[in-house]
Amino acid sequence: MRIANRIDYQIIADLIESGSSVLDLGCGNGRLLEILIKEKNVQGVGIEKDHSMVKKSLEKGIPVIQANLDGGLSEYPDKSFDFVVLSLTLQALKKPDLVISEMLRIGKKAIVSFPNFGHFLLRYSILFKGKMPKSKFLPFEWYNTPNIHFCSINDFKEFCKANKIKIVKKIFLKNFNKIIKEFLPNIFASIGIFVLETEN
Amino acid sequence: MNGNSVGIVVRNFFTSDEPLKLISQLELSPFSIAYETYGTLNEEKNNVILVFHALSGSAHAAGFYPTDPNPGWWEDMIGPGKPLDTNRYFIVCSNIIGSCYGSTGPESLNPKTQKPYALDFPVITVKDMVRAQKKLIDFLDIKKLFCVIGGSLGGMQALEWALSYPEMVESSIIIAATAKMTPQNIAFNEIGRVAILSDFLFSNGNYQLQNQKPAKGLAIARMLAHITYLSEQSMNNKFGRELKTGNYLFGLKDIDFQVQSYLHYQGDKFVERFDANSYLYITKAMDYFDVTKELLELKTKTKFLLISFTSDWLFSTRQSMEIVNLLRKNNNHVSFTEIESDQGHDSFLLNFEVQGEILSSFLEGIKKS
Repeated sequence: MRIANRIDYQIIADLIESGSSVLDLGCGNGRLLEILIKEKNVQGVGIEKDHSMVKKSLEKGIPVIQANLDGGLSEYPDKSFDFVVLSLTLQALKKPDLVISEMLRIGKKAIVSFPNFGHFLLRYSILFKGKMPKSKFLPFEWYNTPNIHFCSINDFKEFCKANKIKIVKKIFLKNFNKIIKEFLPNIFASIGIFVLETEN
Repeated sequence: MNGNSVGIVVRNFFTSDEPLKLISQLELSPFSIAYETYGTLNEEKNNVILVFHALSGSAHAAGFYPTDPNPGWWEDMIGPGKPLDTNRYFIVCSNIIGSCYGSTGPESLNPKTQKPYALDFPVITVKDMVRAQKKLIDFLDIKKLFCVIGGSLGGMQALEWALSYPEMVESSIIIAATAKMTPQNIAFNEIGRVAILSDFLFSNGNYQLQNQKPAKGLAIARMLAHITYLSEQSMNNKFGRELKTGNYLFGLKDIDFQVQSYLHYQGDKFVERFDANSYLYITKAMDYFDVTKELLELKTKTKFLLISFTSDWLFSTRQSMEIVNLLRKNNNHVSFTEIESDQGHDSFLLNFEVQGEILSSFLEGIKKS
């Protein structure tokens, strides 16, 4: 997802403690890690499959490993990072469930953000137009979208429950620029940000 | 990639009066290194990039000799405005010991016998090559290397530099290389050596005195190695099943296919420019290369970039990823990218657009951080 001003980055940055180690899955142009390294003095590394994005991370001096997340993360040892971040990438994964379980294996905590497919405008598109929803944040046509696994905020909560994943914190965003209260987030939030832990 | 050439260059020599202690416990003394430099060393002496060549390369990485219309082997990468920008960086390319391109090697005079070393030349390792280069860098009064970079055997040197002199190396770019030679890698080298050793003109390595060379053996070694530098795809593209004369010739010794003709040409061309003993020593040095244990223990400030090419099966992406994972164990700063290319292992010498952009981006980032 290519959006110039990503307020969710700042929110994710606020969730991460200074000096921690961070693995950013699908790190894009490296902007989040750049913020984290500058402001939080983290030890960060990104994984990104897109060649041109890898270049942008390199330009920023961010360590980045070109790889496809669907190829697995088995070479990363258990609990080797304080945080593993997956920001707005979940919906483009072939096996999102496996990636999340790997995140919780590799990281002490996982942070996942994703576009809420339960948002009322998207519901409206299907319900009244009978067409696959498009929006500022989901600009693709059905046939060329990289996004193949959509979920709503309720779906995600259910997934966590079924997989014994503890939701430590959840934040909902409207239009990338406003945190909204927890009033019917499955209808009004455009983005959900979840901090996860393995349930003990 | 456009940009100007560094123009006419000269090959310099550095001769050490101190003996070089080798991993084998033997000593090499005296020893010389051939090297070239491009660009200008700045006042702070912090703009140095040290470039390493591969098995059959030389210190002539860029520019032209007055007598030769062919430029250096990385001409498209090194020069004003190019990825290794001589307007900004002072670039040193050092020949390896054991080579036949000016540094002390089996062709050099053995001070004990006043004859060429031939097989009395000590067996060397990549670490020895790097130790010799360190003497050159000391001689040039350079304390810090902004970047060390090389492909294939050159990549092994870039890795070895970061291991041997971590405090000197700010960044290390390792292209199409490996942390250790695999049995398959060693096996290919072995066939090359057997071909040379089996040539009856080899004369136990003393062919130089007899004004001969084991041309057949060396050509076979090169023909075989050359295949490992290509990919199935690039050979299909280049030759297909194209016939030299348009027809099958029905003679066992005939050259029917273009690919045969090409390989023979490559073999013969190589014999003209390379020394068989050097080939034996350098491939041996490669075979001994295995830094996996040292990498596992390395905790360094050096920033690494690993580059592999999709169709390289000699030093594959898996081998680059092994280095990445070893470096990651101690949370070292390491980046990795795999470049799409159908040109096999040779991609590092041929792919300039994408590879060049990656190098520029990485160097830019190192400057910033």
